[in-house]
Amino acid sequence: MRRFQLALPRNIDECVKFLAERGPETKVIAGGTDLLPQMKNGLLKPAAVVDLSGVADLRTLRRQDGSGLRVGASVTAREIERDAYVRSAYPALAESGALVGSVQIRNLATVGGNLCNAAPSADMAPPLLALEAEAVVAGPRGRRRVSLSDFFTGVRRTVLAPDELLVELIVPALGPRSGGQYLRHTPRRELDIAVVGVASQITMSDGVCAKARIALAAVAPTPIRATAAEQALEGRPLTAEQIGRAATLAVEAARPISDQRGSADFRRHLVAVLTRRTLTTALERAAR
Amino acid sequence: MAKQVLSFTLNDSETDVLVQPYVTLLDALREDLELTGPKEGCGTGDCGACTVHLDGKPVASCLVLALQARGRSVRTIEGLGRFDALHPLQDAFVRLGVPQCGFCIPGVLMAAAALLAENPHPSEEEIRYGIAGNLCRCTGYTKMLAAITEAAGVAPARRA
Ligand SMILES: Cc1cc2nc3c(=O)[nH]c(=O)nc-3n(C[C@H](O)[C@H](O)[C@H](O)COP(=O)(O)OP(=O)(O)OC[C@H]3O[C@@H](n4cnc5c(N)ncnc54)[C@H](O)[C@@H]3O)c2cc1C
Repeated sequence: MRRFQLALPRNIDECVKFLAERGPETKVIAGGTDLLPQMKNGLLKPAAVVDLSGVADLRTLRRQDGSGLRVGASVTAREIERDAYVRSAYPALAESGALVGSVQIRNLATVGGNLCNAAPSADMAPPLLALEAEAVVAGPRGRRRVSLSDFFTGVRRTVLAPDELLVELIVPALGPRSGGQYLRHTPRRELDIAVVGVASQITMSDGVCAKARIALAAVAPTPIRATAAEQALEGRPLTAEQIGRAATLAVEAARPISDQRGSADFRRHLVAVLTRRTLTTALERAAR
Repeated sequence: MAKQVLSFTLNDSETDVLVQPYVTLLDALREDLELTGPKEGCGTGDCGACTVHLDGKPVASCLVLALQARGRSVRTIEGLGRFDALHPLQDAFVRLGVPQCGFCIPGVLMAAAALLAENPHPSEEEIRYGIAGNLCRCTGYTKMLAAITEAAGVAPARRA
């Protein structure tokens, strides 16, 4: 690894100040599970690194009475996987946390790092997109909120300026009769990257689907929502036929590439299968 | 570049060591503290040979900066048991003759010890999942599974 200076801030203000002073040559490190491999192989060569591990304010995972969940950027995949409230209220998010790497990786890997690294295959992105999470961003000019659907701008690119920090995610409360699931396909069960990932999140009301949100990973330059599929479901009962139709529309939202993990055709096939499966499970979970 | 003091608890001892800001915890343990139990297999978090406990949780020490361990507690294989009082997992690994080349074994033991600390009586599925982040290229996983299963019967839940 090329040499770098390391800053050890204790709070968000110190982080932002350091980032503003040092400019674009600086990278923040959370769990380091994306950053350090990229620095070891020479892809990134920051002159300075800002360590978030001493910033306690980024590590809170808390339920907000009546208004959802706040997930600090430095909350780990393992914490998300194991948190009892997340598991019961937001199972799709808990499932995505449980799929990241191995336990040795999940104890380091943070949700903020997963989103800011902005890989098309980032596993925690689809559930958070389907849950309509908002990102709270801190910078030299104060704080701003960005809807997660506007957060990703390209492969490994986000709306964050070099001197900005992701602080937390605000996940809205779900109405009664809501359910969701995240599934991904990988050739190996553990320690593999999604060929395709799909999160579905629905809310039922009087036997019809009041709200549907579907998000896809690894089929476009960024994680994306399948909005036409969502709209096709809303206001209708979730019959097998409707779910099948939504799956077809989700495939149309995908713009997959062919690479060593799978061909574009295989990825389109997986989008259909995983959309169908996650919607079916979401419906079952909404009935509980 | 100036070295910085890393103060942390290493295998239950308060430890201060001077490290460069750009070295990993694994390198600091091996090069500066002469604890060569944790191994570098891949250097990218895939193989688990570098597994140590950070505040009781298994992590890939090749993906942690040494100074990120400041003020925290690190346990390596050297601190899992003592020569005269092996951890039940070490004891079972020795008795069942699990290691062949041995390169992956410190990492496997640290992953398994963390699993048993959290879940003293894991199912076979849970054991497999618990060591899924550890690659072995010679011994195979069958004996590991047997040894961990056996140790789970006797391991005091509060170790590791
Ligand atoms: C062996 C292995 C297996 C993996 N498996 C998976 C997998 O199955 N699924 C998956 O999705 N990912 C996987 N990953 C990738 C990685 O573990 C995750 O993306 C993880 O969540 C990244 O989080 P981190 O805290 O380690 O990020 P870091 O490496 O610390 O940071 C990643 C990027 O985000 C930036 N960043 C971090 N936090 C902030 C913040 N608060 N504000 C602004 N910028 C920030 C950093 O500057 C960096 O550019 C794997 C990685 C490894 C090494």
